[in-house]
Amino acid sequence: MNARAFRRDPLSGAAWLALAAYVVYACSRLDFTWARFMTGLDNGARFIARMLPPHIAQPDTLLKGLTESLEIAVLASCLGIVISLPIGLFAARNLMPAWVSWPARAVIALCRSFHPVIVAILFVKAVGFGALAGILALVVASIGFTAKLFAEAIEEISLKQVEAVRATGAPFMSLIGYGVLPQVFSRFVGFATYQLDSNLRNSTMVGIVGAGGIGGTLFAAFQRFDYDFVCAILLCIIGMIMAGEVLATSVRGVFLERGKVEEK
Amino acid sequence: MTAGAAQATNAAPALSIRNLDKEYTRGRPVLSAVSLDIGTTGITAIIGPSGTGKSTLIRCINRLVEPTSGEIFFQGEDLVKLDRRALRLARRQIGMVFQEYNLVERLTVMENLLCGRLGYVAAWKAWLRKYPQADIDRAFSLLDTVGLAGFANQRADSLSGGQRQRVGIARAIMQEPKLLLADEPTSSLDPKTSVEIMELIGEMCRRNGIPVMINMHDVELARRFADRIIGLSGGRIVYDGGPAGLGDAMLKTIYGGEGWLQ
Repeated sequence: MNARAFRRDPLSGAAWLALAAYVVYACSRLDFTWARFMTGLDNGARFIARMLPPHIAQPDTLLKGLTESLEIAVLASCLGIVISLPIGLFAARNLMPAWVSWPARAVIALCRSFHPVIVAILFVKAVGFGALAGILALVVASIGFTAKLFAEAIEEISLKQVEAVRATGAPFMSLIGYGVLPQVFSRFVGFATYQLDSNLRNSTMVGIVGAGGIGGTLFAAFQRFDYDFVCAILLCIIGMIMAGEVLATSVRGVFLERGKVEEK
Repeated sequence: MTAGAAQATNAAPALSIRNLDKEYTRGRPVLSAVSLDIGTTGITAIIGPSGTGKSTLIRCINRLVEPTSGEIFFQGEDLVKLDRRALRLARRQIGMVFQEYNLVERLTVMENLLCGRLGYVAAWKAWLRKYPQADIDRAFSLLDTVGLAGFANQRADSLSGGQRQRVGIARAIMQEPKLLLADEPTSSLDPKTSVEIMELIGEMCRRNGIPVMINMHDVELARRFADRIIGLSGGRIVYDGGPAGLGDAMLKTIYGGEGWLQ
């Protein structure tokens, strides 16, 4: 018998087989067939034909929606990141005792467990229609994402540097400011700008459930079958997201330029 | 054991350790009943094999490691009994130099030096980099002394090992400590730089009248620079005296074996 260099794992084979079987089963249950896809394409072609050429039916509503989305995104990002900083710090298990880190981690887990749309629906019910609900929903989403990344970044720092600052008799806030923050600052800037970017995307969507922003305008246009207006809105959203990306990159540049130059 | 004992008794000691025990896991002591006095001047080197508790001993003093039992008297207080706030105030008076320098890599040399003043400056002022001018002047003159004039605005991660350790020493001296602890300060450095760093530590501490406790790997370096040597083996003090008394027989007791002594 030949010697085998690699052990064969019967369990992983079985797992692949099970996955394939489930995919086939799910397809059959959901009527996920080629025939349906082809008739769907037909529909899609007609839909796209009606979208063109784009037409700005209500410029005022469009502009108001876009600015509102932008405001929601910026406010939610600022608020979310400011709240995420302490929560992320508290959640870092290498600096905080368990009785601090576990509640903080629970808050993060709670914020992460629902999609922003579901949170937005809850806030619309709680505080009524409008931008406030959207802002609150995206604040929750921002905390779930940013605070978790902050905590993970802090958990990866070198404790030797912290130990040295601690040994000088520094008070706790100075310890954070000198031993911890310099080690994670550039990553924090990265997370924060990424979150702004992501909030900008999400702010165009929370309007669909009545939480303010361009999403509401988009949804209304859909329901009126104003597909040419829908197309115009979508193009505007694409433009705004791209502008946001450029902005986020330049913000990152401003904060990180110093570090990059000196690292050479 | 005469030299060390005499030196320790001629004045009130700077540091007095009594029956210090430390066990990380129950029933496996790293330090057992360590008692020693450190005089108000001079370099005390602690030698011993790896894993014998040299680093633990140093770290128990400023409680980066919590002692299991025992007393450590410093400035009239038992450090072991201090609460968080009192411990913080006591730590301001104890400088520490580390094997891997432990500088805050992404801060500048000047910011690293001023870390030594963090215990004296309110946190919000430290965040805003508002230090008293006297501290800043002292930092510049110290940089000059350790041979790093002009490096103030360089980031710590751009320095070489020897330069980093110079910053580490300057940071500790910035505290104006009443005791300097050094945990293998030369173990990450080449032989030539090691000697320079030891000379710098000796010089700084003589000039400022600060007693030093240094953990050392290198017996020759300890013999050359220390006024007093403490041999640690199995968590106990097995030698305490001048470098002259540290013969081959004693080294055998401390490190075990003899083949390496050739």
